[in-house]
Amino acid sequence: MDFLKNLPFFSIMISMFSAIITSILPKKAAKWLNTVVIVVIGILSAILLVYLFGTGESYTFMMGHFPAPWGNEIRAGVLEAGMALFFCIIMLLSVIGGSKKLEADVAEEKQGLYFILMDLLLSSLLALIYTNDLFTAYVFVEINTIAACGLIMIRQTGHAIEAAVRYMIMSLLGSGLLLLGLCVLYDLTGHLLMSNIKEQVAVLVANNQYQIPLLCCIVMMSIGLSIKSALFPFHAWLPNAYGYSTVSSSAVLSSLVSKGYIFLLIKIIYRVIGFDVFKNSRIIDILFVFGLMGMIFGSLSAIRQKDVKRMVAFSSVAQIGYIYMGIGMGTNFAIAASVFHILSHAATKSLLFIASEGLCDASGESRRMEDLTGAAYRNKIAGAAFLVGSLSMVGVPLFPGFISKLLFAQSALQIEFTKMLPALIVLGISTILNAVYFMKASIRIYTPVEGEKRFPVVPVKKQGIYGVVLVVFILLNLYLGTFSQPITDWILQGLGMFA
Amino acid sequence: MSRKKSVEEYQKTKSFRFWRWLSGSKDPYVGEVEMKPQKEPVYSEEISQERMQEKLELQEKVYDVEQNPLLRLFRRVYAISAVLFCIILAGVLLYMVAYLPPTGEADKAVNNEVPARYIENGLQETGAVNIVTGMILDYRAFDTFGESNVLFTATTTVLILLHVRKKKVEKKRKEDRENGLEEEDDRMYEPQDDPILQACASILVPIIILFGVYVILNGHLSPGGGFSGGAIVGAGLILYLSAFGFEKTEKMFTEKTYKYVSFGALTTYCLAKSYSFFTGANHLESHIPLGTPGAILSSGLILILNICVGLVVACTMYTFYVMFRKGDF
Repeated sequence: MDFLKNLPFFSIMISMFSAIITSILPKKAAKWLNTVVIVVIGILSAILLVYLFGTGESYTFMMGHFPAPWGNEIRAGVLEAGMALFFCIIMLLSVIGGSKKLEADVAEEKQGLYFILMDLLLSSLLALIYTNDLFTAYVFVEINTIAACGLIMIRQTGHAIEAAVRYMIMSLLGSGLLLLGLCVLYDLTGHLLMSNIKEQVAVLVANNQYQIPLLCCIVMMSIGLSIKSALFPFHAWLPNAYGYSTVSSSAVLSSLVSKGYIFLLIKIIYRVIGFDVFKNSRIIDILFVFGLMGMIFGSLSAIRQKDVKRMVAFSSVAQIGYIYMGIGMGTNFAIAASVFHILSHAATKSLLFIASEGLCDASGESRRMEDLTGAAYRNKIAGAAFLVGSLSMVGVPLFPGFISKLLFAQSALQIEFTKMLPALIVLGISTILNAVYFMKASIRIYTPVEGEKRFPVVPVKKQGIYGVVLVVFILLNLYLGTFSQPITDWILQGLGMFA
Repeated sequence: MSRKKSVEEYQKTKSFRFWRWLSGSKDPYVGEVEMKPQKEPVYSEEISQERMQEKLELQEKVYDVEQNPLLRLFRRVYAISAVLFCIILAGVLLYMVAYLPPTGEADKAVNNEVPARYIENGLQETGAVNIVTGMILDYRAFDTFGESNVLFTATTTVLILLHVRKKKVEKKRKEDRENGLEEEDDRMYEPQDDPILQACASILVPIIILFGVYVILNGHLSPGGGFSGGAIVGAGLILYLSAFGFEKTEKMFTEKTYKYVSFGALTTYCLAKSYSFFTGANHLESHIPLGTPGAILSSGLILILNICVGLVVACTMYTFYVMFRKGDF
């Protein structure tokens, strides 16, 4: 066996081991170790991606001395490796971009703990990406949930703790439903390994056996995961959790944690239930409707916000709605569009959170829209970055948001009329609503303040690493928006390997 | 050859203006373009008084449950619909359970080749007499590693939420006393010296802890293992703490103990299992003897892993208790 096939196993173990080591390190060393680990895992994933493009097929990796249905197994294809690489990039940028703010927000003696949670979160995301076993997925969903709670409440303000409690309740409900679904599925099929479950489910469907429990378990698993990734009617935990935690946490939560669950759901659709069985159970219609509602109501709530961070947070509800709309369309191409939107939203939303933090800091730590007037002149890089993020969210060409909207519209045209029409109409309405609040915010930050200047200008040269992070983010967005064809090809190839 | 521009000429170029804008020395809009900045509205005395009035009315009529029939109705409907939702959910789940395959049938889907191999070959392949332990610590050791990391994550989160430095609390107490205030922080006061509890504990604690150690060490031979044994040891430590107070436990269990014990245990687990995963996946010989089944030193890595898991669980339980009770070790 090729040595390179060990890389997913190395990445998961390195990140877990680094969390364990971090528990005895001082906070400076903890931060460095975290950065080094993310970079190393990113490089390993990149090598794996290149290797997999070379071989052109996915492979499974035995965790231990026993083959798959008895032991644990992980699996890697191009989509998994690319996702791991992308998640590493976003996490690295988010953590570095928010590191200065972290020192202000978090008590001195608890900063070390923050990096333990970050490492554990990375390991759980990697395990969710690579796992080929449903129970392993559940174990790492648990780690992911608890670590995310910790990341929210480490900024110990009343709002943050309240948000963490809310997040914990909703998220545990989601985990519970996932676990219930998994138990029922195990009872019906007798397996926990994804490929074996899929075979058994196909047999059950062919014999028309146990249709009701099967439907219930599909419903429970998809609703559980959609609660955890804040699909519209279950989004109540989201705005405060993203809005009041420290900026690295909000960026990581919005762009990685919820996306990890969506990726798991896509994996369940393709590799556990089977695409056709999932499509024929009418759950995708429900996900489709919830997605459409999220696109409109999320944006409407965002328009009403007076707090810039909560506005950005509410726009996540709308964007998650887009992703679920793609899943709900139930074609291969639409799911590829959803995966592309996972990437584009992750790149854009973390950029927006980090940029809005800079704008708030340049306005005397205030987050109210009125105080942000002219903030883009006070902190120019953050202003430009916020503008780029807004343009991408609205869907202006050259930016990734445009490509994902285009892909959604294209895939809407390929499906039946009853779904095509609502999808296209809501896509249009939602784009206008997005434009309303993002352009409102952008115009506000680019409106000069007349008369006396209340807040000092933050010079470009003094921004240091924060400025560099924003520039890299802008370049990443432009890259996703302009070189989208290879990326969609890669996604389609990866989804093909799933089946 | 580069052309040299005069200063006046240079000041007309776009790049000069861009740099000037970037460095913040001149805003190109101010004085050039007519701009009406958004201002906050200024309210006169009358209007602000009116607003206050409205706010008071709002508070009385809208947010006061007694006054607002609509809100009362909403709360009632909310409560009823929540209960209804739970009943319906329970109903759906019960309905589903009725259609599940009956338990205990020989041809049920769960009775397939997977448990068959665990039961038939478990002893030879893992060396553990207790098949369950062989399953969780050898066949599916990756899941169990994840599970002990769940405990580690949970402890980290509890430390974030509840850990308060003792020195800080004592400083605050001292200040309060000096200023003649009532002491706000009463977490340093402990119920002490309960003779009944102490008498019971001095008999029970050694037995409990010894039993816990036995359960951990015999995890591969008899029912039990790291998780259950660790919980027993943790319970013993908690009983000891309740009976004799922090002064005694501080001598043997401090923050450092927690840190290094769980670090050591998890590191051992991680390295041992990484070795075994690596050799297993690459089809290499692992060179770990399985020993005679039934002997205490047998079944390869399982004994070591059980000890690691036991230490992590015991530390986690004790730390949780300490955090909830006092906030520092």
